[in-house]
Amino acid sequence: MIRLLTFVLAALCLPLTAHAQDLQALLQTHEKIIAKPSRKNVTPVLDALVGSGLPQVPEFLQNWQDKEVYQRAADGLFFYADKTGKTYTLKDVSGGTEVATEVSASDIKQIKPNGGVRKVIAQYLVQFQLSDPDINRRTDALNAISRNLSADQIEPLRASIDGESDATLKLRKQRLANYLMARFGESSADRVAAIEAIAGDLSVEGRAVLSQILETRVAASQALPDGENIARQLEVGEDLSRTEAYTLLVETSGLPATISDNEIRLALESYVDGGRVAGIPIAQLDTLDARAKAYDALAASDVVPARVTQEDIDAALADWGIYEIYLDQDDAVTAAAKEAQSAVNTRVGLNQAADLGLDAISLASIYFLAAVGLAITFGVMGVINMAHGEFIMMGAYTGYVVQQFITNYTLSLVVALPLAFAVTFAAGVLMERTVIRWLYNRPLETLLATFGISIALQQLAKNIFGTQARPLTSPGWLDGAWVINDVVQISYIRIAIFVLALLFLGLLLFILKKTRLGLEVRAVTQNPRMAASMGINPDKIKMMTFGLGSGIAGIAGVAIGLFAKVTSEMGSDYIVQSFMTVVVGGVGNVWGTLAGAAMIGTFQKGVEWLNPSNTLAAQTYMILFIILFIQFRPKGIIALKGRAAGD
Amino acid sequence: MSALLELSGVSVSFDGFKAINNLAFQINEPELRAIIGPNGAGKTTFMDIVTGKTKPDEGRVLWGEKSINLIGRSESHIARAGIGRKFQKPTVFEEQTVRENLAMALKNPRGPFEVLFYRKTQNGSDRIEAIAEQTNLTEQLTRKAGELSHGQKQWLEIGMLLAQEPRLLLVDEPAAGMTPAEREKTTEILVEAAKTRAVVVVEHDMEFVRRLNCKVTVLHEGSVLAEGSLDHVTQNPEVIDVYLGR
Amino acid sequence: MQRSFIANNPSVLWFLLCLAAFTLGVTVLAEATGAGLISTSFVKTLGKVLCLCLVAIAMDVVWGYCGILSLGHFAFFGIGGYAVGMWLMYARTEAIVVENLSARLIPPTPAEVNDAIATQIFGVVGSSEFPLIWAFADSLLLQLLLVVLVPGFLALIFGWLAFRSRVTGVYLSILTQAMTLALALYLFQNDSGLRGNNGLSGLQNIPGFEAVPQSVVSMAFFWASAVALGAGYVLFARVLSGKMGSVIRAIRDDESRVRFLGYHVESYKLFVFTLTAIVAGIAGALYYPQAGIINPAEIAPIASIYLAVWVAIGGRGRLYGAVIGTAFVSLLSSWFTGGSAPNVNLGFYTIQWTEWWLVLLGLSFVAVTLFFPGGIGMLFDKFTRKSQ
Repeated sequence: MIRLLTFVLAALCLPLTAHAQDLQALLQTHEKIIAKPSRKNVTPVLDALVGSGLPQVPEFLQNWQDKEVYQRAADGLFFYADKTGKTYTLKDVSGGTEVATEVSASDIKQIKPNGGVRKVIAQYLVQFQLSDPDINRRTDALNAISRNLSADQIEPLRASIDGESDATLKLRKQRLANYLMARFGESSADRVAAIEAIAGDLSVEGRAVLSQILETRVAASQALPDGENIARQLEVGEDLSRTEAYTLLVETSGLPATISDNEIRLALESYVDGGRVAGIPIAQLDTLDARAKAYDALAASDVVPARVTQEDIDAALADWGIYEIYLDQDDAVTAAAKEAQSAVNTRVGLNQAADLGLDAISLASIYFLAAVGLAITFGVMGVINMAHGEFIMMGAYTGYVVQQFITNYTLSLVVALPLAFAVTFAAGVLMERTVIRWLYNRPLETLLATFGISIALQQLAKNIFGTQARPLTSPGWLDGAWVINDVVQISYIRIAIFVLALLFLGLLLFILKKTRLGLEVRAVTQNPRMAASMGINPDKIKMMTFGLGSGIAGIAGVAIGLFAKVTSEMGSDYIVQSFMTVVVGGVGNVWGTLAGAAMIGTFQKGVEWLNPSNTLAAQTYMILFIILFIQFRPKGIIALKGRAAGD
Repeated sequence: MSALLELSGVSVSFDGFKAINNLAFQINEPELRAIIGPNGAGKTTFMDIVTGKTKPDEGRVLWGEKSINLIGRSESHIARAGIGRKFQKPTVFEEQTVRENLAMALKNPRGPFEVLFYRKTQNGSDRIEAIAEQTNLTEQLTRKAGELSHGQKQWLEIGMLLAQEPRLLLVDEPAAGMTPAEREKTTEILVEAAKTRAVVVVEHDMEFVRRLNCKVTVLHEGSVLAEGSLDHVTQNPEVIDVYLGR
Repeated sequence: MQRSFIANNPSVLWFLLCLAAFTLGVTVLAEATGAGLISTSFVKTLGKVLCLCLVAIAMDVVWGYCGILSLGHFAFFGIGGYAVGMWLMYARTEAIVVENLSARLIPPTPAEVNDAIATQIFGVVGSSEFPLIWAFADSLLLQLLLVVLVPGFLALIFGWLAFRSRVTGVYLSILTQAMTLALALYLFQNDSGLRGNNGLSGLQNIPGFEAVPQSVVSMAFFWASAVALGAGYVLFARVLSGKMGSVIRAIRDDESRVRFLGYHVESYKLFVFTLTAIVAGIAGALYYPQAGIINPAEIAPIASIYLAVWVAIGGRGRLYGAVIGTAFVSLLSSWFTGGSAPNVNLGFYTIQWTEWWLVLLGLSFVAVTLFFPGGIGMLFDKFTRKSQ
């Protein structure tokens, strides 16, 4: 009763306050819907609220959306409320002045719009948020618009551009406004201009806008469709198969559907009569021809629909044309969009190639790190270390264990890298002293003995760390990616690995070319007997070299562990690729390993690009390629020649 | 009479180092020839080229009456054509008996299936006995080659060469590490072999070369420096320079 | 001729006698044919071990005698298994499909049968069509021919490429390993036409013999495996005897010297590589019907390395060594990993052999390589001196 009275009062006030309306009064005119909004009926109310131009509307919408609007049971008025203890303080919707204190919860009702309604409110809020002082709000608003482009956002968005203080955001607003113009602009010329601006854009959003403009539907028609913006006519046999084309005609133009072999069978089964169908014994119905004959007999007596023959289909396809028709009627716009799309696609293609290049480089860095240790031991000692992969694993587990004790990821990484080197260096030296030393000049047996070690180490790791993958978490500053544009990006971890690979390349070159150890290593590589007679202790050199090679494997393990899971089997995932890298690159040469890694990385990425769904196939082709490559350069890319090759 | 083997304009280099430089060489059948020269003169590379192990950068290697070019042919093909080679280090198959070693070298069809279905013949074992006799190895026929003394291994290898019945024998330092008595015997074997075929001996040991009593070719820096009897070449001032240094 | 060959190689006779005695013993003790002391599953295990022994002697010929450490022979073994498995799976699925379709009122057309089989077999990889490589799957004879031809051709092509470019030693080992990896990765793909990582299964059911109990089927396969092993042994012993054996061993010891003797080393290697690949394929074709399932993991490079391990532990360069090593290690391995080996309580730690067996195997393998390069077979050398 009171509510009614207020309503009447408010209604009475309405003409008086039409030019400077009170928000509360406006709300009261839509009281029922605001108190219990639904997706269906909330739109006109929101239109009315926004249309009123009242300065308090955004705040109200925000609070409404956030479920912070309350209705007083006594008079149906709307308030905001603060909860203090068990009671509420009510505040006016326009101005926020306190209206009542210590209101009990039972006297007011919280208004809880459902999710659908809140989404609609959010759309209306966007235009206010676009000029919100809080930059996060503005960004959110832009995100909301770009998620769901619609014509009515053009004006508010444009209006907010001039006042935008943040340069990046301003640019984004301009772009977004441009997208909106391209799709919903009023004149053809406006839209074409907007589309041409998009042609220089690489972003996913821009490409989406173009493809939205170029959206088509497929339609069949006997004559050239009139007054439609035709994209192209589809050729049967090229753009779509005969069956697809006819099915389309069936669906859109009401032609009789084909009867499938299975339908024929089912139809025949339902007309079996005394072991015969249409007079034909069922035992004879084991070919499609016989079945067709029986079915035609049934069709002749009108119990089943007639078959559509191949001739019927031919005739229909000759009679009907199938067209792709733009949903957008404006052919100037679609032509511009088409052109823009092809320009964008060209640029996207170029950028994808660049992205692929980055991927290849990062893969090559990983292969380089994994293989260079192997290359050193193989080159200097002619020893194939099958346990090299397990040294990689050992390094990764070292990193994992370190992280159990040092929780600061950056610090743990700083500790883990040298520690992994030390652990695997020691393991390498131990292995060299106890096993490999006795097997020099018997390379095949070294291969097998180190394989035995590899089995044992792998199982040992399984026994200690279990079979589940262990995480090796990278520090926060390595998360994320360096985004050059929407197409080209590379994660920081991969950059870090690239840097690490470069570092090791430099370090190894330094050690081999500039230090005493390197000199002795090279001497032993080239002529062990001569080196020994010059007072170099080949035993010590071999031990050190083996340790160095193994130590690098440990570091590679930490690096690989950062982006792949640490498991006891991770070593075997890399060992064959590492061997391939060494073999392709040429033995005993750091540059060779680099060349091998680069080649294998590029090749693998290249194949993956050609056939992106299938990385297994990429690896298969890569190996076949290597087998063929060996035909032409049996000693690898960078081969030692003449007597030094030792043949 | 045309030469059995004729090299002309042969050059080969390894990483810029000219191991053989415009070499010309020829040998007739039968003939015994010694090649001498200081280290790095290209003696071993010369043998590598003739036997197909190393492919020269340029030049021709012509063989036999029909003057077939040997360059680009496989080692086994050249061996079957009639060129046998003995390495500096004795290389016999130590795990196998002397008889097996000789049997393998015996001149017979070399294809896998011919070998698989090969039957021992009286003729074959007679040949083996004869060669063993010639090389002083009759007593050792059933022993493993690995158990032989150094000198015996050298003889076995020469024996294997003879079993191949080559028309040209290339022998690299046959006398290295032999006792004087063994040298004597080796000289005998080589001189005997050279009666029916061409034999080229590469040797450092002047005494040994003198005993062979044959034409000598001096190699230096990959080409022929002098050719003639040992006395003739040892009086050549250039040869003296090379050997004694300037 | 055969008489003189056996007379020159008494170890072959001894081996055949031992094999016959063993086969007879198992037959007498087995469930289907005798006392029932040996269970059907153990008969299968023994049959499988015989097949492994067959591929192991092939490995021994190529590695122990010819010096090519091939890490690809288990791939040939797997190809043999796949070839025979295709027929087994096709024929069995056909029987089931025909059975199912016969319930319909109208007899099926050949195309319907074919589609139904394809859907049944390739449903797991989301396909319902027969790939090209299954073209002969309906013919046992042709598939058996493929058991021999596919490994043979693959070995021939790969060997020709590798040997002609003079890839030797560890390089060659790595290359063969790469070949194996490529094959395994290829088979892992769903669109490889061989059911991806599901592999082929149900191979223990022999079409046409559904009514015969598994105990009898497994016995038959056991005998077949024994016969194949005997035949393979004789074949290889024959190849390795006389001048051929001499040349093969000479290639192992000094390849280039053999070349200068006028032998075309590449042809010999190719001959040995291909022949052993074919035998490996046959061994696989006998193995997988006993195992019941084959998948790409079986072919992975590690399997070929284990093959080398068995041969090395048995003692390479001795055919019986390969047999002994394989039988010993694979039976021991199934004993340890089967959980029947008693755990060792050290007080502070209990060694569970299921977990530690591989560690033990790996380390003992290192020990064998270091200290007993002759392997177990060395113990028998005294008796067989003459045959060497």
